[in-house]
Amino acid sequence: MTKTNEAYITGIGQSEIGQNLQRHPLLLTVDAVKEALAEAGLSIHQIDGVSTYPGRVPQMLGFSPIGADELIDALGIKATWYAGGGEISSQLGAVVAAVGAIRSGQARHVICYRTVYEAAAMARPDEYPMPRRDRVEGSAQWTAPFNALSPATWFAQYAMRHVKKYGLTREQLAQIALTDRANALLNPRALVKKPLSLDEYMSARMVADPICLYDCDRFTDASTVLIVSAGDALDEVTCTPIRIVAMAGSVDRHSWDQAEWMASYATGRDLWQRTDYTPADVDTAQLYDGFSFLTLTWLEGLGFCEVGEGGRFIEGGKRIALDGELPLNTFGGQIGGGRLHGFGFAHEAVVQLRGLGGDRQIKGDPKVAVATSGGGPLATALLLARD
Amino acid sequence: MRPLPKLDAFNRDFWTGGEHNELRIMYCNDCDAFIHPPRPVCRHCLSDNVAAKAVEGTGVVDTYTVNHQAWHPKMEVPFIVARVALDGAPGVYLTTNIIGCGVDEVEFGDRVKVTFERQDDVYLPLFEKIS
Repeated sequence: MTKTNEAYITGIGQSEIGQNLQRHPLLLTVDAVKEALAEAGLSIHQIDGVSTYPGRVPQMLGFSPIGADELIDALGIKATWYAGGGEISSQLGAVVAAVGAIRSGQARHVICYRTVYEAAAMARPDEYPMPRRDRVEGSAQWTAPFNALSPATWFAQYAMRHVKKYGLTREQLAQIALTDRANALLNPRALVKKPLSLDEYMSARMVADPICLYDCDRFTDASTVLIVSAGDALDEVTCTPIRIVAMAGSVDRHSWDQAEWMASYATGRDLWQRTDYTPADVDTAQLYDGFSFLTLTWLEGLGFCEVGEGGRFIEGGKRIALDGELPLNTFGGQIGGGRLHGFGFAHEAVVQLRGLGGDRQIKGDPKVAVATSGGGPLATALLLARD
Repeated sequence: MRPLPKLDAFNRDFWTGGEHNELRIMYCNDCDAFIHPPRPVCRHCLSDNVAAKAVEGTGVVDTYTVNHQAWHPKMEVPFIVARVALDGAPGVYLTTNIIGCGVDEVEFGDRVKVTFERQDDVYLPLFEKIS
């Protein structure tokens, strides 16, 4: 196979992960960039593209403090292509955009990043004031007036349908959070380093039935970087390249409450139309878990089990454990690893495919991984392989 | 106090129809389909021959959750957030609250009818069970 026009993830990097970090978010981003460059054996002068999600959000800086234009200028990057925005198929859509730039010859090495500073913003409202709003506009107007103020409430209604229609139990759903939290114990950088038992989960305070406290990720400060490189530029790179085999970001109905099925289903379905690989080839799944129920929809949407069978698929947790047939969220997901907002899943897929997982490295010789972000009206799936 | 929507040319009929005790949903006069959220174009046939039209105001609980978390200090919990499928408007769902019953008294498939709660110039379409 020719390597020209293929896109690969080369360097990956991560800043410190914590809550209420004092280090400036631009410097967290720089920390992650430097780690990724060092791993790839690249210098900043070889970078010619930058891609991020959702770009700088001035009215909610904790959510996204650093824009692509700012990073380009701060690091002296001579960019031949860049992009940053939220109107794309979720966080890893920034990688999808970068692959387009690579394949069309607009760039050779693209820094893709997601920097979050939500915990710091929450702790330091004087520095990071919350937006004051008199009236709600856009899609929020269809939920906020009914005090459905959190995605937890919106997703809970889809989860409740699984409870009523397919018999999903809390004991089954718990396995996502329990798996995440167990894996996080083996990840030196994970945010949450405390074991979670089924008893604790079952007695947790409810947020919105059937979603409880432990089904939710928590605000985090961190930056994650993935460098996407062109196939014909791999001779400049020292790390093992991971090929981006296929990508999808489909949505049947872009809405938080009009859609029959969340976008994880259309996206999962479409990923397999673009590759000869099948779900059976996947050695590890890194599936978005801003809420644990999203992970369950990804397992179904990607065809690891039938629609409605997700609860029974994860029952008992053995199948998705580190030594199971489909190791899931091996870094702890967002629930255990921290709310890196989508990028953590692709980062971990690369770690595992390179065999660099340390205590959490899965057995065998993993060659194929799937990484996803989002799952509501926004969803992205990446199929990654080590050739 | 609930967060209230900012009214504009396209959503005003929906949010103020309650003044006349009507639940008004955008409707395409060319292909006889309802459109929600309201926009000045039909998502089925792309016609702009659309206008708000009153529906029966009854429907079925498609799904729901019991919200336990107080998202701000003054919020009274628990309460029901439900997705209601409107009678006569296939494919249109409203996120809303089911009121007038206990949080353990709502079930999928329950028949409900609209009741309006006024705040400022907004008439919020809430629903109660049809006994």
